[in-house]
Amino acid sequence: MTERKKALEKEGVQRLRIIADKGYDPAHIELKKGVPAELTFYRLNPSGCYKEILFEDQGILEPLELLKEKTIRFTPKKTGEFPFSCGMKMQKGTYTVVENSRLSGVFLRFLVSAFFAAFLLFLMVGMYTGRVHHEVMRWGSFLFTTPILLVAGGPFLKSAWASFKKHQSNMDTLVALGTTVTYSYSLFALLTGRPVYFESAGFIFFFILLGQVFEERMRKNTSQAVEKLLDLQAKTAEVLRNGEFVQLALKDIRLGDTIRVRPGEKFAVDGIILKGKTSVDESTVTGESLPVEKSVGDRVIGATINHNGTILYKADKVGEDTLLFQIVDFVKKAQSSRAPIQDLTDKISGIFVPVVIIIAIFTFWVWHVLLGASLVDALLYGVSVLIIACPCALGLATPTALMVGTGISARMGVLIKNGTVLQEIQQVKTVVFDKTGTLTVGKPVVTDIIGDANKVLLFAASLEESSEHPLARAVLHRAQKEGLSLKPVVNFLAVEGKGVKGEIEGQQVFLGNTKFLADKVFPVDLQAKMIALQKEAKTVVALAIQQEVIGLLAFQDVPKESAKMAISELKKRGLQTMMLTGDHKEVAQAIAQKVGIEHVSADILPKEKAQKIKELQKNQSVAFVGDGINDAPALALSDVGIAMGDGTDIAIESGDVILTHDDLMGVVRAVLISKKTFHRILLNLFWAFIYNLLGIPIAAGLFVGFGLELNPELAGLAMAFSSVSVLISSLLLNYTKVA
Amino acid sequence: MGNLGVSLLCLGLIIAIIGWFFYRPIEEGKKAQQKSGYQEIEVEVLGGYTPGIIILKKDVPARIIFNRKDPSSCLDQVVFPDFGVHADLPLESPYVVELTPHKEGDFSFSCGMNMMHGKLIVE
Repeated sequence: MTERKKALEKEGVQRLRIIADKGYDPAHIELKKGVPAELTFYRLNPSGCYKEILFEDQGILEPLELLKEKTIRFTPKKTGEFPFSCGMKMQKGTYTVVENSRLSGVFLRFLVSAFFAAFLLFLMVGMYTGRVHHEVMRWGSFLFTTPILLVAGGPFLKSAWASFKKHQSNMDTLVALGTTVTYSYSLFALLTGRPVYFESAGFIFFFILLGQVFEERMRKNTSQAVEKLLDLQAKTAEVLRNGEFVQLALKDIRLGDTIRVRPGEKFAVDGIILKGKTSVDESTVTGESLPVEKSVGDRVIGATINHNGTILYKADKVGEDTLLFQIVDFVKKAQSSRAPIQDLTDKISGIFVPVVIIIAIFTFWVWHVLLGASLVDALLYGVSVLIIACPCALGLATPTALMVGTGISARMGVLIKNGTVLQEIQQVKTVVFDKTGTLTVGKPVVTDIIGDANKVLLFAASLEESSEHPLARAVLHRAQKEGLSLKPVVNFLAVEGKGVKGEIEGQQVFLGNTKFLADKVFPVDLQAKMIALQKEAKTVVALAIQQEVIGLLAFQDVPKESAKMAISELKKRGLQTMMLTGDHKEVAQAIAQKVGIEHVSADILPKEKAQKIKELQKNQSVAFVGDGINDAPALALSDVGIAMGDGTDIAIESGDVILTHDDLMGVVRAVLISKKTFHRILLNLFWAFIYNLLGIPIAAGLFVGFGLELNPELAGLAMAFSSVSVLISSLLLNYTKVA
Repeated sequence: MGNLGVSLLCLGLIIAIIGWFFYRPIEEGKKAQQKSGYQEIEVEVLGGYTPGIIILKKDVPARIIFNRKDPSSCLDQVVFPDFGVHADLPLESPYVVELTPHKEGDFSFSCGMNMMHGKLIVE
C-alpha cells in the first residue's frame, strides 16, 4: 500500500503541487469529494512523454510545458481511486477521492455519544439489578454525561445560543434548552443530595445524533439522480484537427469540430451527422428505450450511444449549450424550487419553537402548581415537550419529496419546471392538444395507393429518389418499408409546385398534380377516386406512364402511435381531452375519433389558439400540449404548458413541463408523477403534523391516566425518527410505478 | 419556593419569550460591494444569516460568500429556490454561491430544512 499525499484545503479549495520528473511526485494523492481541487503540475523532465497530463475520468487533457507550472482544476464528484497519467499513459499516478470529513462530523459526535451512553446504560442496568451502589450511579452518570454534553452536544448549544441572540430559533434551540435544563437541575441535585437525571440529557443527545446520522445519508440520496445524468457524458472524443483524428477531452471540443464516433461509443456533444448511418440509443437523455435510426443530416445528442455504425458528425452545440447540460440545469432548478404549499409550513416554522417553549413552561406550571407534582416530575414533563417537538419533519416534508419526484421524472424524459407547476398539475381538468406535430406525426405518410400498388409505388419511389420534397420522403419511406429496389432514372426534372418527371426503362414517367398531368389520359374511375380522397383532406398525386395516368398516391398526416393509448389513460384519470386544429371540421373529427379525443375545436387559426385557451380557462384549469416553437403563446398562457420535443430539438425554456421525446405517454407520466409526488408531500406533511399534534400532548403527560407516558429519552428517540421517517417516505417515491 | 412564586416565574418567562421572539427588531438590508464586473457580499452563517437581507444589483454577476460557523445540521445547506442553487456549506470555510439576478424583486433563501431564512433583494 503506497502512501497517499493529502491535498491542503484552504478557503474552500484543495491544492497540491505535483512534480513531473521521473514519474509523478507525489504519484498517489488524496482529494476530498465535493471540494474544488487545484493541482499544480511542474514539469522538469524534457521527455516528450510528459508533454501532456490526462485525467480521463474528469475529461481533462492538458499540455505541460517544460519548467512551467500548469494548474488543473476540477471538483471530484465520486469517491474511489482514479488514475491520472501522461497523454500516452506511460507514466501513471492515482488520485483517491474520499468523503469530505466535514460530513462525518456528525458521525464522530455520534460515536462519542454512543461510547459514553454505553457506560450510562451499564450504570442504569447495574442500579436496577442492585449491583451498583446508588452513590456510584449519581457520580458515574455525571461523569459520563458531561463529555456527551460537551463534545456531542456542544454544537447544539453553540448553534442555539447563536440563533437566540438573533431572535431566531430552530430545532437546536429545543434540544439545547431541554438538555441544559435537565443537566443543570441534575447538577444542583447532585450537590444537594437529591436524585439526578443526567442520563436523560446523555440519551437525548445519543438518539438525536443517531437520527441525524441517518438523516444525513438519506438527504444525500434524495438529490443524486441529476448528478448521475452528468456522469453519462463521454469524457473524450476523436476530433479532426489538422487533417487527423486526435483524442481530445470533452471541454476542448469546439464548435464546428468534426468528430468520429465508433460503434458502441457515446456522442460527446450535440451535432449533425456528416457521414454514416447508424441507430442511436437515446434513452440516457430522452428516456425513449427504442433505438432511433439516424443518417446524414440528422441531429445527434451528446451522451447518447452510437449502436452500430461509424459516424462522422459536426459539433454544433458544446459545453453548457448541449442538451444534456441544459436538462441537468433545468432539473437542478426544479429540485431546489419551492411549492406553494410550503408557505403554510413556513408560517408555522416561524413560530413553532417559541410556541413549544411556552407549552413546555405551561406544562411544568400545570403539573407543579395545579396538580401538585414534585418539581422534578413537572420539570421532566416540560423537558419531554421540548424534546419531542420536531419542526424538522415539517421543514423536510416538501423539499425532499420534490427533489425525488422531479429527479425520477427527469429519468423518464419528463422535466417538470418547479414545485409550483407540480402543484398546479393537480388542478388541471382539461388537457388540450395541438393537432399537427403533437397528436400527429407532423409529416405526411402514404395512406392510399390506387392502381397496381406495387408498380405505382415502385415508379413513384424511383422518380422521387432525387427529390427533396416532404411527399417524396413519404413515398421513399413507404417503398423502403415494402422492400422495393428502385430503378434508375434518367433525364430527371422537377417542376416547382407541380411535380417531377423522368425516364425509367425508356418510358416517360410523370408524377404530380392534375395541372401537371393536364394533357394525359385520366381514366374516369381514377378521377372519381381522386375526388373522394381529397374530400378526406388527403393530398393526392397521380402517376402517369407515357400518355396515361395509371395510379394515385394519397398522403395524410397520421396520429402518433402513442396517441390513442395516452388519450385513453388520461380519460381514465378523469381528465377531459380536447384537440385544437386549423383543419376543417370533418377532417378533425376523423382524427379525433381515431385517437379517442372527446372535444374538437376545428378551423382555428394559429393565432387564435391562445384565445381559445383563455376561453377554456374561465371555468377550469387547462393544460396545453404543443411543440414549443409554434405554440409558444398558448403554452405560456395555459395553466400548465407541456412542450414536446422530438428527441433532438427541444426548446427547453418553452414550457412548464418539457417532454424530451415525442411520445405522448409523456403527458400521462407527467400527470402521474406530479400526482404521486404531491400526494407524497401531503402524506409527509400530514405525518409531520400528526406527529407533533399527538407527540406534544403525550409528552406533556395528558394521557398519563391511560398509562401513556414518555420520559425525555424516549421523546428524543421519537423526535429523531420523525424526520427520518419523512425522509424514508420521500425516498420511497423512487420505487413507485409510473406508466 | 411557593406556588405563587413559581407561577410568577413561569408567567415572566412566557412574556419574555413572546417579547424576544415575536417582537424582533426589523433588520436592514446590506448592499453587495460593487467590484469590476461583479458584486460580492459575505454572509456569516451562525444561528441564522448575517446579514439576513442582502441587496444585489440587477444583471451583475454576484458572488455570495457564505461562511458557515454554525455546526448545526440545520444550516448545512443553503437553497436559493429561484436560482436553482442547492449547496452544501462546508463548516469553517467559505463557500461561494455564484448567481446573476436578471429580475428585480424580493427573493428568499433558506437552509435545507427551510427553518432559517434570508432575503435577497434585487434592484
